[in-house]
Amino acid sequence: MGLFSPGFMGRRREPVPGLPPGQHLVTDFPVLSIGPTPRVTPEEWRFSITSESGLMTTWTWDEFQALPQEDVTVDIHCVTSWSKFGTGWRGVSLDTLLDGVDTQAGFAMARSYGGYTTNVPLDELRGGKAWVAHQFDGSPLAPEHGGPARLLVPALYFWKSAKWLRSIELSTRNDPGFWEQNGYHMHGDPWREERYW
Amino acid sequence: MTDLPASAARSTWNASDWHEALVVEAYAETPTARTIRMRLPEAAALPALVAGQHIDVRLTAPDGYTAVRSYSLASAATGGILEITVEELTDGEVSPYLVRGLDVGDRLEIRGPIGGWFVWLDEEPAPVQLIAGGSGVVPLMAMIRAHEAGTNPSPFRLLYSVRSPEMAYYRAELEELARVSPRFDLDWVYTRRAPSGWPHAPGRLDLTRLAASVQPLGSTALTYVCGATPFVEFVADALVRSGRDPARIRTERYGGAEGG
Repeated sequence: MGLFSPGFMGRRREPVPGLPPGQHLVTDFPVLSIGPTPRVTPEEWRFSITSESGLMTTWTWDEFQALPQEDVTVDIHCVTSWSKFGTGWRGVSLDTLLDGVDTQAGFAMARSYGGYTTNVPLDELRGGKAWVAHQFDGSPLAPEHGGPARLLVPALYFWKSAKWLRSIELSTRNDPGFWEQNGYHMHGDPWREERYW
Repeated sequence: MTDLPASAARSTWNASDWHEALVVEAYAETPTARTIRMRLPEAAALPALVAGQHIDVRLTAPDGYTAVRSYSLASAATGGILEITVEELTDGEVSPYLVRGLDVGDRLEIRGPIGGWFVWLDEEPAPVQLIAGGSGVVPLMAMIRAHEAGTNPSPFRLLYSVRSPEMAYYRAELEELARVSPRFDLDWVYTRRAPSGWPHAPGRLDLTRLAASVQPLGSTALTYVCGATPFVEFVADALVRSGRDPARIRTERYGGAEGG
Protein backbone atom coordinates (compact mmCIF):
# COMPACT_ATOMS: atom_id res chain seq x y z
CA MET A 1 0.00 0.00 0.00
CA GLY A 2 1.37 3.32 -1.00
CA LEU A 3 0.97 6.77 0.42
CA PHE A 4 -2.49 8.14 0.60
CA SER A 5 -2.94 11.02 -1.88
CA PRO A 6 -5.46 13.42 -0.25
CA GLY A 7 -8.33 14.12 -2.59
CA PHE A 8 -7.24 11.74 -5.29
CA MET A 9 -10.08 9.45 -6.26
CA GLY A 10 -8.86 8.02 -9.54
CA ARG A 11 -11.09 6.91 -12.31
CA ARG A 12 -11.41 3.19 -11.83
CA ARG A 13 -12.93 1.34 -8.92
CA GLU A 14 -12.79 -2.23 -10.13
CA PRO A 15 -9.73 -4.15 -11.28
CA VAL A 16 -9.76 -4.50 -15.06
CA PRO A 17 -9.29 -8.11 -16.10
CA GLY A 18 -6.30 -8.41 -18.37
CA LEU A 19 -4.65 -5.22 -17.17
CA PRO A 20 -1.22 -5.87 -15.65
CA PRO A 21 -0.24 -4.08 -12.42
CA GLY A 22 0.70 -0.42 -12.76
CA GLN A 23 -0.87 -0.10 -16.23
CA HIS A 24 -3.76 2.04 -17.50
CA LEU A 25 -5.87 1.58 -20.59
CA VAL A 26 -5.73 3.81 -23.65
CA THR A 27 -7.69 3.65 -26.86
CA ASP A 28 -5.27 5.62 -29.02
CA PHE A 29 -1.88 4.24 -30.03
CA PRO A 30 0.96 6.29 -28.60
CA VAL A 31 4.26 6.30 -30.49
CA LEU A 32 7.59 5.99 -28.71
CA SER A 33 10.91 5.75 -30.47
CA ILE A 34 14.49 6.80 -29.98
CA GLY A 35 15.18 8.69 -33.18
CA PRO A 36 13.90 9.54 -36.64
CA THR A 37 11.56 7.04 -38.22
CA PRO A 38 13.50 4.90 -40.72
CA ARG A 39 11.90 4.79 -44.18
CA VAL A 40 12.24 1.33 -45.69
CA THR A 41 10.40 0.34 -48.84
CA PRO A 42 9.16 -3.24 -49.31
CA GLU A 43 11.50 -3.46 -52.34
CA GLU A 44 14.61 -2.82 -50.27
CA TRP A 45 13.32 -4.67 -47.19
CA ARG A 46 15.11 -7.86 -46.18
CA PHE A 47 14.59 -9.93 -43.09
CA SER A 48 17.01 -12.56 -41.85
CA ILE A 49 17.46 -14.99 -39.00
CA THR A 50 20.98 -16.03 -38.12
CA SER A 51 21.65 -19.04 -35.93
CA GLU A 52 24.42 -19.20 -33.32
CA SER A 53 26.55 -21.12 -35.83
CA GLY A 54 26.29 -18.21 -38.27
CA LEU A 55 23.87 -19.79 -40.73
CA MET A 56 21.62 -17.08 -42.15
CA THR A 57 18.17 -17.40 -43.67
CA THR A 58 16.94 -14.34 -45.56
CA TRP A 59 13.52 -13.38 -46.89
CA THR A 60 12.63 -10.72 -49.42
CA TRP A 61 9.30 -8.93 -49.02
CA ASP A 62 7.63 -11.19 -51.58
CA GLU A 63 9.05 -14.35 -50.02
CA PHE A 64 7.91 -13.14 -46.59
CA GLN A 65 4.40 -12.42 -47.89
CA ALA A 66 4.24 -15.90 -49.43
CA LEU A 67 4.65 -17.53 -46.00
CA PRO A 68 1.54 -18.62 -44.07
CA GLN A 69 -0.07 -15.52 -42.61
CA GLU A 70 -1.84 -15.31 -39.26
CA ASP A 71 -4.35 -12.79 -37.96
CA VAL A 72 -4.07 -12.21 -34.25
CA THR A 73 -5.83 -9.98 -31.74
CA VAL A 74 -3.75 -9.27 -28.66
CA ASP A 75 -3.38 -6.84 -25.76
CA ILE A 76 -0.21 -4.78 -25.71
CA HIS A 77 1.51 -3.21 -22.71
CA CYS A 78 4.02 -0.36 -22.84
CA VAL A 79 6.49 0.11 -20.00
CA THR A 80 5.50 3.79 -19.89
CA SER A 81 2.29 2.42 -18.31
CA TRP A 82 -0.27 2.44 -21.10
CA SER A 83 -1.94 -0.72 -22.28
CA LYS A 84 -4.12 -1.17 -25.32
CA PHE A 85 -6.58 -4.05 -25.56
CA GLY A 86 -7.66 -5.98 -28.61
CA THR A 87 -5.12 -4.80 -31.17
CA GLY A 88 -5.41 -6.58 -34.52
CA TRP A 89 -2.33 -7.64 -36.46
CA ARG A 90 -1.45 -9.74 -39.47
CA GLY A 91 1.93 -11.34 -39.82
CA VAL A 92 4.03 -14.46 -39.85
CA SER A 93 4.49 -16.54 -36.73
CA LEU A 94 8.03 -16.89 -35.45
CA ASP A 95 7.28 -20.62 -35.31
CA THR A 96 7.01 -20.51 -39.10
CA LEU A 97 10.13 -18.40 -39.49
CA LEU A 98 12.18 -20.54 -37.07
CA ASP A 99 11.01 -23.79 -38.67
CA GLY A 100 14.07 -25.30 -40.26
CA VAL A 101 16.52 -23.09 -38.35
CA ASP A 102 18.82 -25.46 -36.53
CA THR A 103 19.58 -23.95 -33.15
CA GLN A 104 20.30 -24.74 -29.53
CA ALA A 105 20.32 -21.03 -28.65
CA GLY A 106 18.41 -19.73 -25.66
CA PHE A 107 18.29 -16.08 -26.69
CA ALA A 108 17.48 -13.83 -29.60
CA MET A 109 18.61 -10.32 -30.46
CA ALA A 110 16.18 -8.42 -32.65
CA ARG A 111 17.83 -5.75 -34.81
CA SER A 112 16.05 -2.92 -36.56
CA TYR A 113 16.60 -0.62 -39.49
CA GLY A 114 17.85 2.49 -37.74
CA GLY A 115 20.00 0.59 -35.29
CA TYR A 116 17.61 -0.32 -32.47
CA THR A 117 18.17 -3.65 -30.75
CA THR A 118 16.34 -5.66 -28.12
CA ASN A 119 17.02 -9.05 -26.55
CA VAL A 120 14.30 -11.65 -26.05
CA PRO A 121 14.53 -15.20 -24.68
CA LEU A 122 13.92 -17.59 -27.58
CA ASP A 123 11.22 -19.32 -25.51
CA GLU A 124 9.19 -16.10 -25.72
CA LEU A 125 9.30 -16.20 -29.52
CA ARG A 126 8.09 -19.80 -29.87
CA GLY A 127 4.83 -21.58 -29.22
CA GLY A 128 2.47 -19.18 -30.94
CA LYS A 129 3.61 -16.18 -28.87
CA ALA A 130 5.39 -13.96 -31.40
CA TRP A 131 5.01 -12.71 -34.96
CA VAL A 132 6.65 -10.52 -37.53
CA ALA A 133 3.69 -8.24 -38.20
CA HIS A 134 3.12 -6.09 -41.27
CA GLN A 135 -0.52 -5.05 -40.88
CA PHE A 136 -2.30 -3.24 -38.07
CA ASP A 137 -6.10 -3.12 -38.01
CA GLY A 138 -6.24 -4.35 -41.59
CA SER A 139 -3.91 -1.76 -43.08
CA PRO A 140 -0.20 -1.84 -43.90
CA LEU A 141 1.76 -0.99 -40.79
CA ALA A 142 2.54 2.75 -40.73
CA PRO A 143 6.21 3.73 -40.58
CA GLU A 144 5.88 5.38 -37.16
CA HIS A 145 4.45 2.14 -35.81
CA GLY A 146 7.28 0.07 -37.24
CA GLY A 147 6.38 -0.56 -40.86
CA PRO A 148 7.11 -2.29 -43.16
CA ALA A 149 7.29 -4.96 -40.45
CA ARG A 150 7.84 -5.17 -36.73
CA LEU A 151 8.32 -7.84 -34.15
CA LEU A 152 5.18 -8.51 -32.10
CA VAL A 153 5.72 -10.15 -28.70
CA PRO A 154 2.60 -9.17 -26.76
CA ALA A 155 3.50 -11.18 -23.65
CA LEU A 156 6.37 -8.76 -22.95
CA TYR A 157 6.51 -4.97 -22.57
CA PHE A 158 6.21 -3.42 -25.99
CA TRP A 159 9.79 -2.15 -26.29
CA LYS A 160 10.63 -5.82 -26.96
CA SER A 161 8.41 -5.69 -30.07
CA ALA A 162 11.10 -4.04 -32.20
CA LYS A 163 9.86 -1.75 -34.95
CA TRP A 164 11.40 -1.76 -38.45
CA LEU A 165 12.62 -5.30 -37.87
CA ARG A 166 15.61 -6.25 -40.00
CA SER A 167 17.04 -9.38 -38.41
CA ILE A 168 16.97 -11.77 -35.51
CA GLU A 169 20.25 -13.24 -34.31
CA LEU A 170 20.19 -16.32 -32.12
CA SER A 171 22.74 -16.72 -29.40
CA THR A 172 23.62 -18.86 -26.43
CA ARG A 173 24.31 -15.61 -24.53
CA ASN A 174 21.73 -13.16 -23.25
CA ASP A 175 23.34 -9.90 -24.36
CA PRO A 176 21.46 -6.68 -23.53
CA GLY A 177 19.82 -4.72 -26.33
CA PHE A 178 19.32 -0.96 -26.54
CA TRP A 179 16.93 -0.21 -23.68
CA GLU A 180 18.31 -3.13 -21.72
CA GLN A 181 21.64 -1.26 -21.65
CA ASN A 182 19.83 1.93 -20.72
CA GLY A 183 17.97 1.04 -17.57
CA TYR A 184 15.29 -1.41 -18.70
CA HIS A 185 14.77 -5.02 -17.72
CA MET A 186 16.41 -7.95 -19.54
CA HIS A 187 13.13 -9.90 -19.67
CA GLY A 188 10.21 -7.44 -19.41
CA ASP A 189 7.17 -9.43 -18.23
CA PRO A 190 4.37 -6.91 -17.58
CA TRP A 191 2.61 -9.24 -15.13
CA ARG A 192 5.71 -9.27 -12.95
CA GLU A 193 6.37 -5.55 -13.57
CA GLU A 194 9.83 -6.27 -14.93
CA ARG A 195 10.31 -2.65 -15.97
CA TYR A 196 13.67 -1.43 -14.83
CA TRP A 197 16.90 -2.88 -13.46
CA MET B 1 23.79 3.09 -32.77
CA THR B 2 27.41 3.89 -32.31
CA ASP B 3 27.30 6.77 -29.87
CA LEU B 4 25.40 5.44 -26.91
CA PRO B 5 26.07 7.44 -23.80
CA ALA B 6 27.37 5.62 -20.78
CA SER B 7 24.43 4.02 -19.06
CA ALA B 8 23.15 5.62 -15.91
CA ALA B 9 25.27 4.19 -13.16
CA ARG B 10 23.86 1.37 -11.09
CA SER B 11 23.75 2.09 -7.41
CA THR B 12 22.17 0.81 -4.26
CA TRP B 13 19.22 3.08 -5.08
CA ASN B 14 16.89 0.79 -6.97
CA ALA B 15 14.98 2.45 -9.79
CA SER B 16 12.16 -0.08 -9.33
CA ASP B 17 11.48 0.88 -5.71
CA TRP B 18 8.99 3.55 -4.70
CA HIS B 19 10.26 6.47 -2.66
CA GLU B 20 8.39 9.09 -0.70
CA ALA B 21 8.78 12.68 -1.87
CA LEU B 22 7.53 15.78 -0.03
CA VAL B 23 6.02 18.54 -2.18
CA VAL B 24 7.86 21.71 -1.16
CA GLU B 25 6.72 24.10 -3.85
CA ALA B 26 4.06 24.20 -6.56
CA TYR B 27 3.15 27.04 -8.89
CA ALA B 28 1.34 27.70 -12.15
CA GLU B 29 3.76 27.52 -15.04
CA THR B 30 1.11 28.38 -17.65
CA PRO B 31 -2.71 28.51 -17.52
CA THR B 32 -2.74 24.72 -17.98
CA ALA B 33 0.50 23.53 -16.43
CA ARG B 34 2.03 23.46 -13.00
CA THR B 35 5.59 23.10 -11.82
CA ILE B 36 6.00 20.88 -8.76
CA ARG B 37 9.16 20.72 -6.70
CA MET B 38 9.64 17.89 -4.25
CA ARG B 39 12.25 16.82 -1.78
CA LEU B 40 13.42 13.31 -1.21
CA PRO B 41 14.08 12.42 2.43
CA GLU B 42 16.51 9.83 1.17
CA ALA B 43 18.28 12.34 -1.06
CA ALA B 44 21.69 11.15 0.06
CA ALA B 45 21.03 7.81 -1.58
CA LEU B 46 19.83 9.31 -4.86
CA PRO B 47 22.13 8.40 -7.74
CA ALA B 48 23.50 11.25 -9.81
CA LEU B 49 20.72 12.32 -12.14
CA VAL B 50 21.38 12.66 -15.82
CA ALA B 51 19.64 15.54 -17.57
CA GLY B 52 16.74 14.23 -19.64
CA GLN B 53 15.69 11.37 -17.38
CA HIS B 54 12.16 10.84 -16.12
CA ILE B 55 10.47 9.57 -13.00
CA ASP B 56 7.26 7.66 -12.41
CA VAL B 57 4.75 9.26 -10.04
CA ARG B 58 2.22 7.12 -8.15
CA LEU B 59 -1.01 8.38 -6.60
CA THR B 60 -3.07 6.32 -4.16
CA ALA B 61 -6.81 6.76 -3.62
CA PRO B 62 -8.44 6.11 -0.22
CA ASP B 63 -9.46 2.60 -1.28
CA GLY B 64 -5.93 1.70 -2.30
CA TYR B 65 -6.44 2.20 -6.02
CA THR B 66 -3.24 3.54 -7.55
CA ALA B 67 -2.38 5.33 -10.78
CA VAL B 68 1.10 5.77 -12.22
CA ARG B 69 2.35 8.18 -14.87
CA SER B 70 5.80 9.13 -16.16
CA TYR B 71 7.05 12.72 -16.04
CA SER B 72 10.32 14.11 -17.32
CA LEU B 73 12.46 15.89 -14.77
CA ALA B 74 13.03 19.57 -15.46
CA SER B 75 16.07 19.89 -13.26
CA ALA B 76 19.09 17.95 -12.23
CA ALA B 77 18.17 17.39 -8.57
CA THR B 78 20.53 19.76 -6.86
CA GLY B 79 20.10 19.48 -3.10
CA GLY B 80 17.79 16.50 -3.41
CA ILE B 81 15.03 18.59 -5.01
CA LEU B 82 13.26 17.10 -8.01
CA GLU B 83 11.24 19.31 -10.33
CA ILE B 84 8.57 18.31 -12.81
CA THR B 85 6.12 20.35 -14.85
CA VAL B 86 2.75 18.72 -15.47
CA GLU B 87 0.39 19.69 -18.28
CA GLU B 88 -3.26 19.13 -17.41
CA LEU B 89 -4.73 16.84 -20.02
CA THR B 90 -8.40 16.92 -20.91
CA ASP B 91 -10.01 13.85 -19.35
CA GLY B 92 -6.72 12.99 -17.69
CA GLU B 93 -6.79 10.91 -14.55
CA VAL B 94 -3.56 11.92 -12.85
CA SER B 95 -2.64 15.29 -14.34
CA PRO B 96 -5.76 17.19 -13.09
CA TYR B 97 -4.92 16.11 -9.57
CA LEU B 98 -1.27 17.15 -9.88
CA VAL B 99 -2.19 20.50 -11.45
CA ARG B 100 -5.20 21.44 -9.28
CA GLY B 101 -5.50 19.06 -6.33
CA LEU B 102 -2.04 18.56 -4.91
CA ASP B 103 -0.85 20.94 -2.17
CA VAL B 104 2.52 21.89 -0.77
CA GLY B 105 3.16 19.56 2.15
CA ASP B 106 1.49 16.60 0.42
CA ARG B 107 3.53 13.57 -0.41
CA LEU B 108 3.93 11.72 -3.67
CA GLU B 109 5.55 8.44 -4.38
CA ILE B 110 8.16 8.39 -7.08
CA ARG B 111 10.24 5.78 -8.84
CA GLY B 112 13.37 6.33 -10.88
CA PRO B 113 15.23 8.23 -12.23
CA ILE B 114 14.87 6.27 -15.44
CA GLY B 115 16.40 6.47 -18.89
CA GLY B 116 19.86 6.43 -20.38
CA TRP B 117 19.20 7.53 -23.96
CA PHE B 118 17.34 10.82 -24.18
CA VAL B 119 19.93 12.37 -21.90
CA TRP B 120 22.75 14.89 -22.09
CA LEU B 121 26.03 14.24 -20.32
CA ASP B 122 28.31 17.05 -19.25
CA GLU B 123 31.28 15.45 -21.04
CA GLU B 124 29.43 15.57 -24.41
CA PRO B 125 31.73 17.50 -26.77
CA ALA B 126 29.23 18.29 -29.54
CA PRO B 127 27.15 21.42 -29.97
CA VAL B 128 23.56 20.72 -29.02
CA GLN B 129 20.36 21.61 -30.83
CA LEU B 130 17.20 21.26 -28.78
CA ILE B 131 13.79 21.33 -30.46
CA ALA B 132 10.68 21.35 -28.30
CA GLY B 133 6.96 21.42 -28.97
CA GLY B 134 4.80 22.56 -26.05
CA SER B 135 5.31 20.54 -22.90
CA GLY B 136 8.13 18.66 -24.67
CA VAL B 137 10.51 21.30 -23.40
CA VAL B 138 10.70 19.75 -19.93
CA PRO B 139 13.55 17.25 -20.41
CA LEU B 140 15.33 19.79 -22.61
CA MET B 141 15.13 22.31 -19.77
CA ALA B 142 16.94 19.83 -17.55
CA MET B 143 19.70 19.70 -20.17
CA ILE B 144 19.85 23.49 -20.44
CA ARG B 145 20.08 23.87 -16.67
CA ALA B 146 22.75 21.18 -16.39
CA HIS B 147 24.73 22.82 -19.17
CA GLU B 148 24.50 26.24 -17.55
CA ALA B 149 25.42 24.83 -14.15
CA GLY B 150 28.58 23.25 -15.57
CA THR B 151 31.50 24.44 -17.64
CA ASN B 152 30.94 22.53 -20.90
CA PRO B 153 31.78 25.16 -23.55
CA SER B 154 29.70 23.64 -26.38
CA PRO B 155 26.90 25.90 -27.57
CA PHE B 156 23.27 25.03 -26.88
CA ARG B 157 20.44 26.26 -29.03
CA LEU B 158 16.76 25.79 -28.28
CA LEU B 159 13.98 26.04 -30.84
CA TYR B 160 10.74 26.16 -28.88
CA SER B 161 7.34 25.92 -30.58
CA VAL B 162 4.35 27.04 -28.52
CA ARG B 163 0.75 27.91 -29.32
CA SER B 164 0.96 31.39 -27.80
CA PRO B 165 3.31 33.37 -25.55
CA GLU B 166 1.52 32.54 -22.30
CA MET B 167 1.72 28.81 -23.03
CA ALA B 168 5.53 28.77 -22.91
CA TYR B 169 7.11 26.96 -19.98
CA TYR B 170 10.05 28.63 -18.20
CA ARG B 171 9.77 31.72 -20.38
CA ALA B 172 11.45 34.20 -18.04
CA GLU B 173 14.32 31.87 -17.24
CA LEU B 174 14.89 30.97 -20.89
CA GLU B 175 14.86 34.58 -22.06
CA GLU B 176 17.18 35.65 -19.28
CA LEU B 177 19.57 32.82 -20.14
CA ALA B 178 19.50 33.73 -23.81
CA ARG B 179 20.34 37.31 -22.83
CA VAL B 180 23.22 36.60 -20.46
CA SER B 181 24.70 33.27 -21.52
CA PRO B 182 27.27 33.15 -24.31
CA ARG B 183 26.55 29.43 -24.61
CA PHE B 184 22.79 29.52 -25.14
CA ASP B 185 20.61 30.73 -28.00
CA LEU B 186 16.83 30.71 -28.12
CA ASP B 187 14.37 30.74 -31.03
CA TRP B 188 10.60 30.83 -30.66
CA VAL B 189 7.90 29.58 -32.99
CA TYR B 190 4.30 30.66 -32.24
CA THR B 191 1.74 28.47 -33.90
CA ARG B 192 -1.56 30.26 -33.03
CA ARG B 193 -0.78 33.70 -31.64
CA ALA B 194 2.51 35.62 -31.55
CA PRO B 195 3.48 38.51 -29.28
CA SER B 196 2.71 41.92 -30.75
CA GLY B 197 5.47 43.08 -33.03
CA TRP B 198 6.75 39.55 -33.60
CA PRO B 199 8.41 39.40 -37.03
CA HIS B 200 6.75 36.14 -38.10
CA ALA B 201 3.07 35.40 -38.61
CA PRO B 202 1.81 32.65 -36.31
CA GLY B 203 1.95 29.24 -37.93
CA ARG B 204 3.27 25.77 -37.59
CA LEU B 205 6.99 25.22 -37.72
CA ASP B 206 7.89 24.85 -41.39
CA LEU B 207 11.01 23.86 -43.28
CA THR B 208 12.21 27.43 -43.71
CA ARG B 209 11.92 28.34 -40.06
CA LEU B 210 13.44 25.03 -39.05
CA ALA B 211 16.45 25.49 -41.33
CA ALA B 212 16.95 29.05 -40.06
CA SER B 213 16.70 28.11 -36.41
CA VAL B 214 18.98 25.15 -35.96
CA GLN B 215 22.72 24.69 -35.60
CA PRO B 216 24.31 24.93 -39.05
CA LEU B 217 24.18 21.84 -41.25
CA GLY B 218 27.49 20.06 -41.24
CA SER B 219 28.14 20.80 -37.64
CA THR B 220 28.43 17.70 -35.52
CA ALA B 221 25.47 18.88 -33.48
CA LEU B 222 23.59 16.41 -31.40
CA THR B 223 19.87 17.08 -31.77
CA TYR B 224 17.16 16.32 -29.23
CA VAL B 225 13.54 16.59 -30.34
CA CYS B 226 10.67 16.32 -27.88
CA GLY B 227 6.97 16.98 -28.29
CA ALA B 228 3.80 15.41 -29.57
CA THR B 229 4.22 12.68 -32.17
CA PRO B 230 3.22 14.72 -35.28
CA PHE B 231 5.66 17.48 -34.28
CA VAL B 232 8.51 15.05 -33.63
CA GLU B 233 7.81 13.14 -36.84
CA PHE B 234 7.84 16.34 -38.87
CA VAL B 235 11.02 17.74 -37.32
CA ALA B 236 13.02 14.51 -37.34
CA ASP B 237 11.99 13.71 -40.91
CA ALA B 238 12.85 17.20 -42.12
CA LEU B 239 16.26 17.10 -40.46
CA VAL B 240 17.07 13.73 -42.01
CA ARG B 241 15.88 14.83 -45.44
CA SER B 242 18.07 17.94 -45.19
CA GLY B 243 21.08 15.69 -44.84
CA ARG B 244 21.57 15.31 -41.13
CA ASP B 245 22.82 12.04 -39.69
CA PRO B 246 19.85 10.14 -38.18
CA ALA B 247 22.22 8.69 -35.60
CA ARG B 248 22.74 12.23 -34.24
CA ILE B 249 19.03 12.84 -33.69
CA ARG B 250 17.35 11.62 -30.54
CA THR B 251 13.62 11.79 -30.04
CA GLU B 252 11.14 11.55 -27.24
CA ARG B 253 7.41 11.80 -27.78
CA TYR B 254 4.36 12.46 -25.72
CA GLY B 255 1.76 9.88 -26.48
CA GLY B 256 -1.91 10.50 -26.96
CA ALA B 257 -4.37 12.71 -25.16
CA GLU B 258 -5.12 9.86 -22.81
CA GLY B 259 -1.61 9.59 -21.49
CA GLY B 260 -2.24 11.53 -18.32
